[in-house]
Amino acid sequence: MSAWIGGFLRVAWLVMRKDLTVEMRSREILYTTAFFAASCILVFAFGFVKQGRPVDDVSAGILWIAIAFAGTLALGRTFERERTNETLQALMLAPCDRPAVYAGKLLGILLLLLFVEVLIVPMVALMFQADLFRSPLLLVALLAAGTLGFAAVGTLFAAMLVRARSRDVLLPVLLYPITIPVIIAGVRGTAAIMQEGGEPLARAWVAMLVFFDVVFVTLSLWTFEAVMTE
Amino acid sequence: MPMLNRLFLPTLGLALVMFAAAPALIVNAPYETTMGLVQKIFYFHVPAAMTMFASAFVCGLASMRYLFGRRATADRVALAAAELVVLFGIIVLVTGPIWARKAWGVWWQWEARLTSTLVMWMIFVAYLLLRRYGGPGSDRLGAGLAVFGMANVPFVYVSVNWWRTLHPKTSVVMTLDPGMRPAFWWSVAAFVLLYVALLTVRTRLAEQRTRLEGIHLALDD
Repeated sequence: MSAWIGGFLRVAWLVMRKDLTVEMRSREILYTTAFFAASCILVFAFGFVKQGRPVDDVSAGILWIAIAFAGTLALGRTFERERTNETLQALMLAPCDRPAVYAGKLLGILLLLLFVEVLIVPMVALMFQADLFRSPLLLVALLAAGTLGFAAVGTLFAAMLVRARSRDVLLPVLLYPITIPVIIAGVRGTAAIMQEGGEPLARAWVAMLVFFDVVFVTLSLWTFEAVMTE
Repeated sequence: MPMLNRLFLPTLGLALVMFAAAPALIVNAPYETTMGLVQKIFYFHVPAAMTMFASAFVCGLASMRYLFGRRATADRVALAAAELVVLFGIIVLVTGPIWARKAWGVWWQWEARLTSTLVMWMIFVAYLLLRRYGGPGSDRLGAGLAVFGMANVPFVYVSVNWWRTLHPKTSVVMTLDPGMRPAFWWSVAAFVLLYVALLTVRTRLAEQRTRLEGIHLALDD
């Protein structure tokens, strides 16, 4: 059992390292995704800032929409890279656990998105005078749990769509309805953090997100092999 | 599935008779004291919603069976059930706002049950888009999506509930005025029969389409 877990972790680690090495050579996805997220925030500012002041609570929504949009872009690009070089097929042929491959891809995307968040969270806080850092630990928990939930479903869907036609448009079409609980929890949780005495509510949202993560990561690991084999 | 094929005509016939008789029962059911005539849409709205959720469940279970058992029939049932979720969902999403306009004064409220029904409905529209435009292999992807959609139901429900609440509670069905019960359960039965008839005929259509494609390919060779 422990040997199996060791093998699983090693494969996941190798897949993640491979993805990050490829990414670090060009930094294409990181730069484009981060810039895209920043442009999103700017575009929203034109919609939701009235007479120089942001509408109430709007920063929480803008932050999470930017994360969801940027996440979709990063997911699409990561798997497009695998598709053009037909390397995903090679990965699937490798004599190792398929779920470990999924875990590796998930970790790579997660790290990428966390990088992007490190950039955009302060940006939202500055530009919308949002008191995001009232309880930093809760904010980190919310971001980590929310991003994991979004990326867990997203990685599976992006991987299965690699072979599909019109995959670019199908990814957000499938992903957004399924990840609505993540978006609601993220937005309401962040809004609660910014409010006086909102901590218990924010903690409840974090708990729901953790539960969501457990269910959907398990489900993804379980179905990955079945949806990926032709 | 020959057994299901034989079910089609009797269920459809019975459903049609029941639908034709339903207005008589509904007219004779007592008036709701505060809402009056508007409440009558309830005999149409709630059974459609019940059928929709049952169909979503059928789709999820059939998809799971297809994903792990690889039975072609399960896939056809899943596709048929998904189409019916969208169809009955349209009935729910049209009759709901008509009632809401009278009862709440607005067509749409961002209220828990409305929102979660809309989200569910959108998941199945996404499923149909995937099946239609996904190209080869979209049957397995659809099965994956349906399983995720089913697992998502409690989360959508809880998250949207924490977000907003205003809809009449589900307990309405249990605490129904005894005079309203016959008309209500009659409508539910009519909707379920219609659902079974449509599900069987749609599954058979998919089956025959596959067979036709097989013949076509055999001719080409």
